[in-house]
Amino acid sequence: MHAISFESPNTLKEALKVLAAHGDKARPLCGGTDLIIQLRAGVRRPDHIVDIKKIKELREIKFDRKKGLRLGAAVRCIDIFENATMRKQYPGLTEAAHLIGSLQIQNRASVGGNLCNGSPAADTTPALIALGARARVAGPNGEREIVVEDFVLSPGRTVLKPGELLVQLLVPAPAAHSSDAYLRFIPRNEMDIAVVGVGASVTLDRDEVVRAARIALGAVAATPLLAEKAAASLIGKKLDDAALETAGRLASEKSSPIDDMRGTAEYRRHVTSVLTQRALALAASRASGKQG
Amino acid sequence: MAQKNGVKAPISRKSLVDTTINGEPVEFLCEPRQSLLECLRDVLELTGSKEGCLTGDCGACTVLMDGRAVCSCLVLGVEAQGKNIVTVEGLAETTRLHALQQKFLEHASLQCGICTPGFLMSAKALLDRNPDPTEREVRYALAGNLCRCTGYDKIVRAVLDAAKTLRETRDASAAAGS
Repeated sequence: MHAISFESPNTLKEALKVLAAHGDKARPLCGGTDLIIQLRAGVRRPDHIVDIKKIKELREIKFDRKKGLRLGAAVRCIDIFENATMRKQYPGLTEAAHLIGSLQIQNRASVGGNLCNGSPAADTTPALIALGARARVAGPNGEREIVVEDFVLSPGRTVLKPGELLVQLLVPAPAAHSSDAYLRFIPRNEMDIAVVGVGASVTLDRDEVVRAARIALGAVAATPLLAEKAAASLIGKKLDDAALETAGRLASEKSSPIDDMRGTAEYRRHVTSVLTQRALALAASRASGKQG
Repeated sequence: MAQKNGVKAPISRKSLVDTTINGEPVEFLCEPRQSLLECLRDVLELTGSKEGCLTGDCGACTVLMDGRAVCSCLVLGVEAQGKNIVTVEGLAETTRLHALQQKFLEHASLQCGICTPGFLMSAKALLDRNPDPTEREVRYALAGNLCRCTGYDKIVRAVLDAAKTLRETRDASAAAGS
């Protein structure tokens, strides 16, 4: 059987050295909730596993009212949910992290790992895209930042090059009168993969007119998507039924879903519109201080 | 443990893992690809944790790692280095069952029993953090554990009843100590 080496560096510098030495033969390990299953199934066959959980920078949640959030790539979903600042400032991202699998999974899995796994149905990725998050990546040639909507290339593939590591997710500070939401549709209450997931963020002015909005879609294309036209249609409008319906329709038009065991393409397009409207309404009600 | 850089074809070599299991310091040897579940069952002969799905869906292999419920099928044995692991074997004190185990018996919360160790550990993780959970909180905490026999209700009753017993025991000993 294929043997693997295991290393658990203490610093980012050390980790980058190890990753650079092994190139595409290495795979970073965080919570293991995807990687260990993939190893067992032979879907990924790294020769070297590099456990990144001892690296302090990757385990920290840093929030500044002006600079925003620096979320370490290895921060566990449970740490996000248990963090009062995260719940208050980024309720949509927090609810996405708290929707992933069971507590056993949330106790291990990270938002960074969810992104790097590259699943089109990743729950936290649309939430990050809705917030305008960027991925801070370090590698043999220094550092670079990538907007999260450009991070996943196809199912299971990302922009990360051999030797590169996701270090942090950088999320802008929430503007005044803004908030976010993430809603997922699955055929039962919990513990399933999204049929559709929608992240939305909304900034309102004093008259509850939309000043800025972002809408992101999961599980309805080969990668998570930013629905720019849908969001743009809302600018300068109040979020009434007509505005919501238009945004829902444009989001649905942006999607290119497949038929599978969880739902038909036609069904997914319909649910995309419905969830987009609900996520926008929820984010807006939070933004105007009515809820959450 | 670390392999030197520049070695092209990795040689299968076992790592020495230094950990704490059920309060006792334990050292064991394993290959990096072996799961913690495999190490517990096949290396350490702690067969209380069960293998169900091997994909983190069923919860039969649930153990506590630094106080958090995890699926031991989704943890590498080498990750146990320096950690505090509690398995179902660590629940009872010598001949006295843990309140959760006792209540599972009284409420007939098991039939085939394969899921029971996982349910007990998820329930312990909950009660350690939240001694007085609502039924909803119990059901949420146990959502990562599957049972195909009981229909769950008896398990939920047992956990709520065990929580009550544990609270009463704690209050009684606090009163006795003051």
